[in-house]
Amino acid sequence: MADLRINLAGISSPNPFWLASAPPTNTGYQVQRAFEAGWGGAVWKTLGDPIINTSSRFAAVHFNGQRVAGFNNIELITDRPLEVNLKEIYETKKRFPNHAVVVSLMVEPKREKWHEIVKRVEAVGVDGLELNFGCPHGMAERGMGSASGQQPDLVEAQTMWAKEAAKTPVIVKLTPNITDITATAKAAVRGGADAISLINTINSLAGVDLDTWNTIPHVGGKGAHGGYCGPAVKPIALNMVAECARNAQVNVPISGIGGVSNWRDAVEFMLMGATGVQVCTAAMHHGFSIVEDMIDGLNNYLDEKGLQSVTELIGKSVPRYSDWGDLDLNYQVVARIHEENCIVCNKCHIACEDTSHQCIERLTTDDGRAYLKVREEDCVGCNLCSIVCPVEGAISMVEIPSGEMPMSWNQRQKAIASAGDSNQAPGGASKEAV
Amino acid sequence: MAATFISAESLRRNFAEVKAGMRPKEAIEESNRCLYCYDAPCIKACPTGINIPSFIKKIASGNMKGSARTIMEANPVGASCSRVCPTEELCEGACVLNHSSKPIMIGDLQRYATDWAIRNEQVLFTAGRSNGNKIAVIGGGPAGLSAARELARFGFAVTIFEAKEQAGGLDTYGIVSFRLPQEISLWEVEQVKQLGVEIRTGVKVGVDIAVEEIRQQYDAVVLAIGMSKVPKLGIEGEGLRGVYDAIDFVESTKTSIRTDIAGKKVAVIGAGNTAIDAATCSVRLGAGEVTIVYRRTVEEMTAYDFEFDFAKQDGVVFKWLTAPKRVVGDTAGNVTAMECIAMRLEESEGRSRPVPVAGSEFFMDVDAVVLAIGQNRHIDLVEQLGLSHKRGIVAIDPVTFQTSDPQIFAAGDVIFGDGQGEAMVVSAAQQGKKAAYAIYRQLVKQQEETA
Ligand SMILES: Cc1cc2nc3c(=O)[nH]c(=O)nc-3n(C[C@H](O)[C@H](O)[C@H](O)COP(=O)(O)OP(=O)(O)OC[C@H]3O[C@@H](n4cnc5c(N)ncnc54)[C@H](O)[C@@H]3O)c2cc1C
Ligand SMILES: Cc1cc2nc3c(=O)[nH]c(=O)nc-3n(C[C@H](O)[C@H](O)[C@H](O)COP(=O)(O)O)c2cc1C
Ligand code: SF4
Ligand code: SF4
Ligand code: SF4
Repeated sequence: MADLRINLAGISSPNPFWLASAPPTNTGYQVQRAFEAGWGGAVWKTLGDPIINTSSRFAAVHFNGQRVAGFNNIELITDRPLEVNLKEIYETKKRFPNHAVVVSLMVEPKREKWHEIVKRVEAVGVDGLELNFGCPHGMAERGMGSASGQQPDLVEAQTMWAKEAAKTPVIVKLTPNITDITATAKAAVRGGADAISLINTINSLAGVDLDTWNTIPHVGGKGAHGGYCGPAVKPIALNMVAECARNAQVNVPISGIGGVSNWRDAVEFMLMGATGVQVCTAAMHHGFSIVEDMIDGLNNYLDEKGLQSVTELIGKSVPRYSDWGDLDLNYQVVARIHEENCIVCNKCHIACEDTSHQCIERLTTDDGRAYLKVREEDCVGCNLCSIVCPVEGAISMVEIPSGEMPMSWNQRQKAIASAGDSNQAPGGASKEAV
Repeated sequence: MAATFISAESLRRNFAEVKAGMRPKEAIEESNRCLYCYDAPCIKACPTGINIPSFIKKIASGNMKGSARTIMEANPVGASCSRVCPTEELCEGACVLNHSSKPIMIGDLQRYATDWAIRNEQVLFTAGRSNGNKIAVIGGGPAGLSAARELARFGFAVTIFEAKEQAGGLDTYGIVSFRLPQEISLWEVEQVKQLGVEIRTGVKVGVDIAVEEIRQQYDAVVLAIGMSKVPKLGIEGEGLRGVYDAIDFVESTKTSIRTDIAGKKVAVIGAGNTAIDAATCSVRLGAGEVTIVYRRTVEEMTAYDFEFDFAKQDGVVFKWLTAPKRVVGDTAGNVTAMECIAMRLEESEGRSRPVPVAGSEFFMDVDAVVLAIGQNRHIDLVEQLGLSHKRGIVAIDPVTFQTSDPQIFAAGDVIFGDGQGEAMVVSAAQQGKKAAYAIYRQLVKQQEETA
């Protein structure tokens, strides 16, 4: 049994699985049930000035029979009075002193407003604060949420204001609705953030009804853009976490959010630099009990890897994430088909034939049995065939030693430049520039 | 009749497990189809209460060890059960997807996860800290193993006394290999041994060791001796060579290779689970013709539908409303025929009763007769222990499984009958667990509370 405890910028929790600020953390009743089920922490549903929610709020994208590949919402922050929330936060923390109780906040971008709410919330005893600069709808139109979260200077200023009053660690939650996530991450750090969390939801419209022509969801026949989350957003979130993790100027711990549905996703986020993860959609889809497999699976994984503590995972894959220009252009893989596992669906053939490099041949043995074979000399190693192949172990991508020294685009450009100086051909660069 | 030749190799092939395990792609697709219901009806329909959505989710997430552990935690013979449980009647029958598509193949997924644990030699449980008490478990079948496993996890020092050469009970010796290979049952035995449980095989309590000795040396006893042999029909010719007890008959195929049935005409008397096993076994032994002879109709047969289908697919012929009257032999004492009589059903007090049709006697040409008309009880031992019982069915408290003797608890087939329980591996396992919990409450918890 490995040690699953984490400490994120001074906030400790029995395991890295927190509920994200969202409907699952709306009330004390819910958060306490979640802790009983095993969740290590919870970020309370965002507190701020009272709002009114619409009826009909959520929609989901189902993918080929699997429900909730992605989830879309037009919900705002909490619609319950601040006093009620504060009372329940106090009770929850008292009952669960070892769990992480973090409270999400969103107020107008005014210094006094931030001071006031930070003080009131910290007075009931919380482990940390999360500043919600990410909600993409409703609040943004009032100059809050992602409207302020898209402007680095506003992120920095508001973080600073919160920090001026805060005694507990301050996490800044970032919106993904921005071109370069590190711009706002750096701003948060400049403002004094103790940690960042990402991502909040991505601008989205879940769908349009083919019969009524209404948006999905709609409120009395009208729709508005919502925020997208759930399994579908994981790759976007993972990249943003990784971009922050490998940026030297974003030197604070990261809480990873976005599409985490099981222990494997959590491991990926942690390897890419997150200290812990937050979950919303998976809990909304299946209930709090899914954390049982998250904990158990993570434990078994760590045991299998011979790791004593989950913290040993943090950032282990970050050094492997770099820029395209640093990738070795002389590295070569080719597809290889393993006949014993192939079911001859010909999916790889047509994928390669129609949309890649026409190098998977359909052949027949002497006794009339169909099989497929890759013409390796023409294979560019794009992976497409192995992606469309429905059977595990039927196609593997095999490394072919190129016999050349590793050479990246950047190295190549440098070599050309220096060769240009001395009028010599670049050594080792065997590929044409594209 | 000239003996038909059947090679040992083809016999071995005939007795290899019929059903292949799920392939990885099947398991992933199927596990992702499970809805992960809340308060799932499948859990309630499992006598051992396995957390089915949880173990299935773990297959989907790739947490195979966790999945196997979830299964085996609730059911110490969960690998055997994945193969022999009547799942249509239990978990799969309760799956909510019956109402909208088709049920999740829970049994197959359970096998997939436990097979993984077997293949990867996983250690799933550890013994509890010693609590100073000693428990004797009489009988090492599903009920005894299950009780022993739970007791060991509570920190009891447990000794299983098992009459046979190996533990596992009917899982090891009674259920045909092509449904349940012996090594699966023996793996479960090994899991229990790994917790420090001592298994004294080849020791028949009441014969090789006196019941008094056990009473004195142990703080509590779990009686899990199952049932005994098939009773005699009480007809002429039952002593002839070629008349077999179905339990012995199946057992012989689990422990050795027998070639003497090849080409023979076999009649199996009875239409319960054991009869089906004996009949399908005979087919695989190369019998020329196998007939199940039953005095009632298909409606009253106690074998499950899937067993009935399985036997029909194997080519077994069913002769309904037929009762044996006498087995006929040649001068050398070998079976040559069976005289039967036709029956008809007569309504009486709700249940229809078979009555002979006068003058309908006829002869069936047979070389072997296998009796599968239920099982006797180990009345001797029950009486030596001085327990209240009804025709060998030991009386218990339905909650604690305590017998009329407060030191002795009973679980499994030994308490089955008279409207009490079901003779299934899974219910034996659950009763074993419950007896263990009751012992823990009585010997440890209550002591702690009064201390
Ligand atoms: C042919 C056949 C097919 C079956 N098929 C199925 C099936 O498909 N699915 C299903 O769920 N159930 C099936 N059953 C029923 C199932 O096997 C039993 O319900 C189950 O094994 C009962 O478990 P148990 O532990 O109570 O008894 P058993 O499995 O009978 O174990 C009792 C053990 O006690 C030992 N013992 C007895 N007396 C003594 C003594 N004096 N001292 C020491 N040890 C002793 C025995 O050797 C044996 O090992 C089948 C039964 C038979 C006979
Ligand atoms: C219905 C709904 C309401 C949400 N409300 C909030 C909120 O009040 N504050 C906040 O910071 N994030 C909110 N979020 C975003 C989540 O906290 C989380 O960042 C996002 O859902 C991505 O995680 P997931 O893929 O696990 O769902 C909400 C998400 C959903 C689905
Ligand atoms: S989940 Fe269904 S029942 Fe519950 S509040 Fe939403 S719409 Fe109403
Ligand atoms: S896609 Fe996979 S299974 Fe299908 S033909 Fe190609 S290698 Fe075979
Ligand atoms: S009832 Fe069926 S779908 Fe629901 S949890 Fe059980 S196996 Fe899965």
